Amino acid sequence: MNEKPKTVYDDVKSNGHSRRDFLKFCSMMAAFMGIKSSGVGQVVEALETKPRIPIIWLHGQECTGCSESFIRSSHPIVADIILDKISLDYTETLMAASGHQAEASLKQTMEKYKGEYLLIVEGATTVGDGGVYCCIGGKTFENRLKEAAEGAKAIIAWGNCASAGGVQKANPNPTGAKAVHEIISGKPIINVQGCPPIAEVMAGVVVHLLVFERIPQLDAHGRPKAFYSRRVHDTCYRRPNFDAGLFVESFDDENAKRGYCLYKLGCKGPVTYNTCGVIKWNNGVSFPIQSGHPCIGCSEANFWDNGPFYQHLSQFPGFGIETTADKIGVGLGVATGVGIAAHAVTTNIRKRKLIQKSKKDDDDDS
Amino acid sequence: MEETVHKSPIKIKYIWELPVRFYHWLNALSIVVLCITGYIIGDPFAIQKGTEAYMNYWFGTVRFVHFAAGYIFFFNFVFRLYWGFVGNKYSRWYNYVPLKKAQWVEIWDVIKTDILQIKCKPIHSLGHNALADITYFFTFIAFVLQSLTGFGIYAAMSNSWFPKLFSWFVPLVGGDLAARQIHHILMWFFIIFAIIHVYLVFYHDYIERRGVTSSMIGGWKFVESEEEGEC
Repeated sequence: MNEKPKTVYDDVKSNGHSRRDFLKFCSMMAAFMGIKSSGVGQVVEALETKPRIPIIWLHGQECTGCSESFIRSSHPIVADIILDKISLDYTETLMAASGHQAEASLKQTMEKYKGEYLLIVEGATTVGDGGVYCCIGGKTFENRLKEAAEGAKAIIAWGNCASAGGVQKANPNPTGAKAVHEIISGKPIINVQGCPPIAEVMAGVVVHLLVFERIPQLDAHGRPKAFYSRRVHDTCYRRPNFDAGLFVESFDDENAKRGYCLYKLGCKGPVTYNTCGVIKWNNGVSFPIQSGHPCIGCSEANFWDNGPFYQHLSQFPGFGIETTADKIGVGLGVATGVGIAAHAVTTNIRKRKLIQKSKKDDDDDS
Repeated sequence: MEETVHKSPIKIKYIWELPVRFYHWLNALSIVVLCITGYIIGDPFAIQKGTEAYMNYWFGTVRFVHFAAGYIFFFNFVFRLYWGFVGNKYSRWYNYVPLKKAQWVEIWDVIKTDILQIKCKPIHSLGHNALADITYFFTFIAFVLQSLTGFGIYAAMSNSWFPKLFSWFVPLVGGDLAARQIHHILMWFFIIFAIIHVYLVFYHDYIERRGVTSSMIGGWKFVESEEEGEC
C-alpha cells in the first residue's frame, strides 16, 4: 500500500493486455460516453497517468444482479478496470477477505482515502423496524451507508434498488426500503438505473469520473444523460412499426413473428429512458424487445408498481387490479347519461307546467 | 303570478364578444380532435395488414394530428386567459374564481334550482351562472394539467424548444409513465364535461328561453326584464 499509486494502464499492462487492447478499450469507452473521436486521447492520457480511484462498493438489500451484469461486460478490461485494477478496496461479495479483516480493510480505506474514494452502492437501504432487515458486521446498512458516504468524493447508486428503491420499495414496502438519495444528502449521487444496469454503462460512468474528475451531466432523476437521455422507444428498431400502426396483439400472434411493435402488449419503451436499443446486452447480442418481449421499464423509478407488465394502461389507483382508467371513464359516462335522462324527465314536467300556464294566459287574453 | 310569459318586455343583451365565441368553438373543435386521437393513441386499432412498416404511416399521422391540435388548444387557452383581463365583464377572470360570498350563495341557488329542481327562483345572472363559472374554473385547471403533462411527455420526442419548457413537470409527478396516466385519466374528465355541458345548454334553452345555445353563435341573449316566479 505504500508504493507509488499505480495507474490503470500500469495494471492493464501487468495483467498481460497489450497496448492495442488498452487503446481499443479507451476508444470503446469514449464512444459509449458520447465523446468525440478527438477526445479519445484525453481518455488514454487519463488512464495512463492518473492514479486509480479507490472504491468502496457496498451491498445492501439486493440480489447482486448488478454485480452479475457488470462482470459479464463485453470487453475484458471493463470488468478488470474495477474488479482488479481500480483498486476495489471493499466489496462484500467479491473480496477475498472476510469477517474482521474485511471490516478492517473498509475502515482503513475510509481513513486513508478520506474525501477521495468513490462509494458505489448496490441495493436498497432498509429503515423499517430500526433497520433490522439488513445488517452487516453488526451494523444496520443505513449506518454503514452514512458512515461510508461521509468521506466519499461521489456516490454511484448501482441499479434500481439503490437509485429508486427497486422491488423492495414496491407496495407495501414491508422493510421500509429507500433509495440512496433519500438517505444521503450533500454528496453528488449518480443514479445508474436499470434492473440491472448495462455493464458498459456502469464502466462508462466510472471511466468518466476518472477521466474528467467531475460527475457527468445528469437528468432530472439523477441519471447520466450520456446513457439515459433517450427513450428506449426512440432507439428501438421496431419503431417504424409503431408509426405505421402495426401492432402485435398477443404473444402467439403471427405478427409477433414479423417483428411488429409490442406497444399493445404493454411495452414501456415509450416511457422508459435507457440505452438498451443502442448498446444492447451481452456483448451487443440482443435486448428484451429484440427477443420479442415488451420493455418493462426497469430504469424508471417505481416500475414494479406501475401496473401490469403486459398491459399498456395501468390500473386506476384504488379500483382493483383489472380496472383501467378507460373502464372507469366508460362507467362514469354511463352514469352521466342516466343522470341526464332522469334530469330531463323532471325538466319536462316543469316545462309542461310552463306551457299550460302560457296557454292559459293566451286564453285569458283572447 | 299576474304577469304572463309573453307580456314582460324582452331586452336583448350582448354577452359574448366575438373573441370569446371564437375561442369557444376553436376550443371545442380542438378538444374533440384531441379526445378522439388521444384515445386512439392510448388504445390503437388492430389493423392487421400483413404489410411492411414502410408502406404505412397511419399511426404517425394520428399522433401528428394530436400534437398539432395540442398546440392549437394550448395557444387558444393562453389567448382566453389574456381575454380574461381585457374582455367585457362577463368574460373577466373574477367571474371564475369564487372569492366572494355572493358567488357561493348563487352556486347553492343554482344547485337547488337547476340540478335538484327543488326551488323555483330563476337565476338572474346574465353571463354564466356561478355554478357554471366554478366548473369552468376547474376545467381551466384541467387545461393547465393537460398541457403540462401533454407537452411534458411530448418534449422527449421533439427537438423544438417549446415542449422543453414543460419537461420540468414530468419528474415532479414521478416520470413519463405517471404523467401519461394523468394525461389519460384527464381525457375522461373532458369527455364527461362535454356530455354534461351540451346537455345543460339544451336544458337552459329549453326551460329558460333566453337563447343560450345561439348566444355562443351570435353573442346575444334575450332577457325578460321582470323575471319572477315561473317554474
